[in-house]
Amino acid sequence: MDIVEILSYGFIQRAMITGVLISVLCAVLGVFLVLRRLSLIGDGLAHVTFGSVAIALLFRTSPVYVTVAAIPLVLLSSLGILKLSEKARVYGDAAIGIVSSCGIACGVILASVAGGFNVDLFSYLFGNILSISQTEMVIAAALFVVVITIVVLFFNDLFALAFDEELARSSGIRADRINAVLVLLTALTVTLAMKVVGIMLISALLILPAVTALQVVRGFTTTILTAAACAVCSVILGILSSFLFNLPTGGMIVIVSLILFAIAFIFKKSRNVS
Amino acid sequence: MQVDLVTVQGLTFSYGGLEVLTDLSFRVKRGDYLGIVGPNGSGKSTLVRSLLGLTSLQQGSVELFGEPLESFRSWAKIGYLSQRLKSLNPAFPATVEEIVGLGLLARKRFPKRRAREDMVAIDRTLTHMGIMDLKKRPFGDLSGGQQQRALLARALVNEPELLILDEPTTALDPETRENFYQLLRHLNRNHGTTIILVTHDTWSIGNYAGRFLYIDKKIVFDGTFEEFCHSEEMTGFFGEYAQHMICHRH
Repeated sequence: MDIVEILSYGFIQRAMITGVLISVLCAVLGVFLVLRRLSLIGDGLAHVTFGSVAIALLFRTSPVYVTVAAIPLVLLSSLGILKLSEKARVYGDAAIGIVSSCGIACGVILASVAGGFNVDLFSYLFGNILSISQTEMVIAAALFVVVITIVVLFFNDLFALAFDEELARSSGIRADRINAVLVLLTALTVTLAMKVVGIMLISALLILPAVTALQVVRGFTTTILTAAACAVCSVILGILSSFLFNLPTGGMIVIVSLILFAIAFIFKKSRNVS
Repeated sequence: MQVDLVTVQGLTFSYGGLEVLTDLSFRVKRGDYLGIVGPNGSGKSTLVRSLLGLTSLQQGSVELFGEPLESFRSWAKIGYLSQRLKSLNPAFPATVEEIVGLGLLARKRFPKRRAREDMVAIDRTLTHMGIMDLKKRPFGDLSGGQQQRALLARALVNEPELLILDEPTTALDPETRENFYQLLRHLNRNHGTTIILVTHDTWSIGNYAGRFLYIDKKIVFDGTFEEFCHSEEMTGFFGEYAQHMICHRH
């Protein structure tokens, strides 16, 4: 089967478009998160997404709108992580641990109370990008525009905070507000990414493109752009290879990201040697 | 009447019941070059952090440019350089140009976009500091001295009226340190920049600062260098030998 034929399928087109949009968001936010050593916040929020999806399903929300229904709870949890680490003298990683395990716990309990759900929770755990509907694609595109616009508006503040929080604050940047913006955007993106690679693999989408770019690039703006490019390549090659070899798409997207990282790592090593 | 750049009144600060600053009061006038000296753990860094609003005040008040710290927003008038960046990632992906550009954010309003005059300001500062050749270099590839110069450029790019430096030369070799101090002196004398320099290097501060403040949780001495050297009280505090060493600028 040639590539043109694969690309002619409607479900592949939807998967490609949605996947590219969401992975770009993940890559851009991932650079800020990785540099601030907050990489695992994505993982924590993904677990919360599991609980939120369970609640949405409990209320018999239509599968198309489950993602949207899960958003408010994930946004609240992201602020919860921030508040726990700021006010309750809980370290950031511990705060993520608390919130993420609570998310899974609630999800499991709710699933049991409801006596199992008619929609397979499994598809949320490992994603099912090929089943993305027209409506879900439109929702993803709308949220893409929202998130990218906010990142562009706060770009310099986010950059300054990633470099050094104290210096940023001494330039009058309100660190607490910008931190809240960053975790809220991450929460929104993670909820969207659930359908692409699944809850279990979302951190790969946030972390791998960022660390790949960090291997090869030296400027800040170029790092962001390179991470986004890596993410786009991973999604396109991941979807194509999964179709060709009949393997799970979410898993293949992550494996392609990993290969790109390995190439970048080897490139950096060889450059350092020469 | 000219407004003092910094007015500290009755500043007291404690960490978990342990007082690190006790009832500090002093003023900094425009054009001053003030050295804040004291042993390790004397509260110098806490004082600087309080001046910059990085820790909230517990007791006492701080005014910057005649405005209470709580409502002060003209951060572009102040340049800050710390000893070393606590969270500095040695491989941070940014060029010197990008890092210096961060200094310009203080004078921007939302949304903080880059403007053409920013490039001019960055180039001017880099040229002035003699590090124009580093402009496109990744920050992480620079030596400690070069990084500190780039960060000083970041602090200076706004042409601040007040420069606050917290142990800025700790990581520098003697020659780079000397160049660094010469640059500060030039800024103070020729550009009228007010400087607050925090250091534990009591021995050499007399070479640079016109006035100095010796603190050890409270203010032990506040005055010019000459006054310090002729103060019998300070002879009592430091001992004759140490005072002699400091005053003869060994």
